[in-house]
Amino acid sequence: MKLRSRHLLGIEGLDRSEILTILDQARTFREVLDRTIPIVPALRGRTVVNLFYEASTRTSTSFSLAASRLSCGCVNFSKATSSVSKGETLLDTARNIEAMGVDGIIIRHQSPGAPHFLSQHVKAFVVNAGDGAHEHPTQALLDAYTLREKLGSLNGKRVLVVGDIAHSRVARSNLLCLARLGAKVAVCGPPTMIPPGIEQYGCEVFYRLDRILYEVDVVNMLRVQQERITSSSFPTVREYRSLYGLTRERLRKLAPEVVVTHPGPVNWGVEMDFDVADFSRALVLPQVTNGVAVRMAVLYLLAGGEGEVRS
Amino acid sequence: MNAETFGRLLLRGGSVIDPERQTTRRADVLVVGGRIEKVESGIPAAGAEVIDCRGLYIAPGFVDMHCHLREPGREDEETIASGTAAALVGGFTRVCPMPNTEPPIDAEAQVRFEIRRAAEAGFARVHPVGCCTKGRQGIELAEIGSMVEAGAVAFSDDGSPVADPQVMRRVLEYCKAFNVPVISHCEIRELVEGVANEGGVSTRLGLKAGPDVAESAQAARDVLLAEFTGARLHIAHVSARATVDVIRWAKARGVQVTAETCPHYFTLTEEALAGFDANYKVNPPLRSDDDRKAVIAGLADGTIDVIATDHAPHLKGEKDAEFDAAPPGIIGFETAFSLGYEKLVLGKVLPLADYVARLTEVPRRILSLPAVRVTVGSDAELAVLDLKAEWTYEPPRVLSLSRNSPFLGWTMHGRVSAVLLADRLFRF
Repeated sequence: MKLRSRHLLGIEGLDRSEILTILDQARTFREVLDRTIPIVPALRGRTVVNLFYEASTRTSTSFSLAASRLSCGCVNFSKATSSVSKGETLLDTARNIEAMGVDGIIIRHQSPGAPHFLSQHVKAFVVNAGDGAHEHPTQALLDAYTLREKLGSLNGKRVLVVGDIAHSRVARSNLLCLARLGAKVAVCGPPTMIPPGIEQYGCEVFYRLDRILYEVDVVNMLRVQQERITSSSFPTVREYRSLYGLTRERLRKLAPEVVVTHPGPVNWGVEMDFDVADFSRALVLPQVTNGVAVRMAVLYLLAGGEGEVRS
Repeated sequence: MNAETFGRLLLRGGSVIDPERQTTRRADVLVVGGRIEKVESGIPAAGAEVIDCRGLYIAPGFVDMHCHLREPGREDEETIASGTAAALVGGFTRVCPMPNTEPPIDAEAQVRFEIRRAAEAGFARVHPVGCCTKGRQGIELAEIGSMVEAGAVAFSDDGSPVADPQVMRRVLEYCKAFNVPVISHCEIRELVEGVANEGGVSTRLGLKAGPDVAESAQAARDVLLAEFTGARLHIAHVSARATVDVIRWAKARGVQVTAETCPHYFTLTEEALAGFDANYKVNPPLRSDDDRKAVIAGLADGTIDVIATDHAPHLKGEKDAEFDAAPPGIIGFETAFSLGYEKLVLGKVLPLADYVARLTEVPRRILSLPAVRVTVGSDAELAVLDLKAEWTYEPPRVLSLSRNSPFLGWTMHGRVSAVLLADRLFRF
């Protein structure tokens, strides 16, 4: 089964069965990654470009690796070393790159909707690798993959997303994805970090972490951007940690079957204490590994691979 | 755009709208040497050129008290000539450009420049809005008195609202000497992170946003300052329910406040942002359907006096960008009448003559412009309206140098089919 859209712009455009198609495809590729020679010729001869307007370690590396594991060429573009620093517009940059003959554009951009804008102006397929505070669909898919691997079906599972919901694309994509997979979602953070109308995601809202933390199956901690301190979203890191951090004390009180996810990079000592790194139910590193498989699945399905998933 | 010149012109068989008395009556209009000589039924042609106006309406030319003509500074987006031609197609015979040009219109010479440029072009006349502070910096008063003498009719820093309440108080006080309104673009900048309405839609789209209270709280400050100073205040482009409520409250207290809204605020909502198309990016932003309904209710009960366009040209290359990066603003001259006719008249919010008054008599009174009437002895300055016309807004009808309109491709009801300026007839 294929996806309805030529692009992956957000979880919003995917229905439950499309999400499951991607996750099932990812399982095939996850198995490939464990092989001695972890590469398949599925997208041989194709090329994608990583068009990253914002700093990224995990996501850009993960897409590069995903492409190379599929025998797909991948060109990396970063804002700092490109003509963007000379004032070239997004549209010009993308048209120039496309003129060089790429099949797909993986874009991370600080402006919400930049991938949607791009998809209307280029022939290549477009993958959203994070657009402002809007969406980060492959992160949500890899989170869903990792949780399903650990917990089985997410139907009826209670998931709590903690942190700066207002500025988080990961939160938005996760809320959409988890709800479509049947999970019951809640968000928690200071009111200054909860955006208006969040209820449209079908989630409950909590301002105090301890009121809800011990009742959930999954805790999804978000990165706290330190620069938000200056915009008066919260008073100090110390107070944030004590009210919303996954501290040593809170970790100790979690039920043994509870799992913790984080999209990375972690601010150790702020949203999570260092102890969480050693917590056996913290899925931070499996998330990264599964991310490669999920992105292979996305590229494969969008580039129209011919089903040659063999070694 | 070409005009035909007539010594004697007879507009035969139309209905004349009188927005002052709010009446409509069947009458022929005879124009001789640019002056209305007769308004009555059954005028014989007697050598005059006859324009068949059966089924059409004849109204005074419209006034747009809020637009951007981009000259001087951004003549690639619009010039005074192209903008006033586009205005004419929309029925506007007089327009008031905002002073946020480069350089800004903050002194006598610039005011005279704009008026002269418009006169050279020969389309709609220009009545400039001058800056209320030097360079639109919100710090020192501009030479308001000299600009009044040069022809400026109102004062505003428009998109750079006066933040300091003491400066705003002084601006209001000072303008009392000239009986000119201060136009306030109400926006508390510190509350605004981006040009989208803060709410469920901006949350879903991840767009940086500003709340309606950034507009309404500033409106509340300004109506109270107007009350305190006894000055005249005009609130620009009302977009939020709370702002309508503030103005209604202030009018009930007897504050000398008037207000305008624009067709996009009673036609569109924030839901239009879903495709991230920057042609829906305006400031103030499109808001909720509840706000849209409150704006319509404000027009219906007279809380909002005027319909203005906020015509704001930007090039395709500037709007063809990610939503955050694109400049806010849409063009509006050519679609304003039709959008209002459809939503407000066909939508049974306002009777036709009252609707036309919001485009003519009411802004004229606020700006103390000379009366324009379709009566014997007046200079001809009128718009011929074809209310039965169904038409599509697309490039041959776009005279603006820019095409940043969310209404391109829309089928509209009612249009301006001709404008008569003295002895010159423009047919569209």
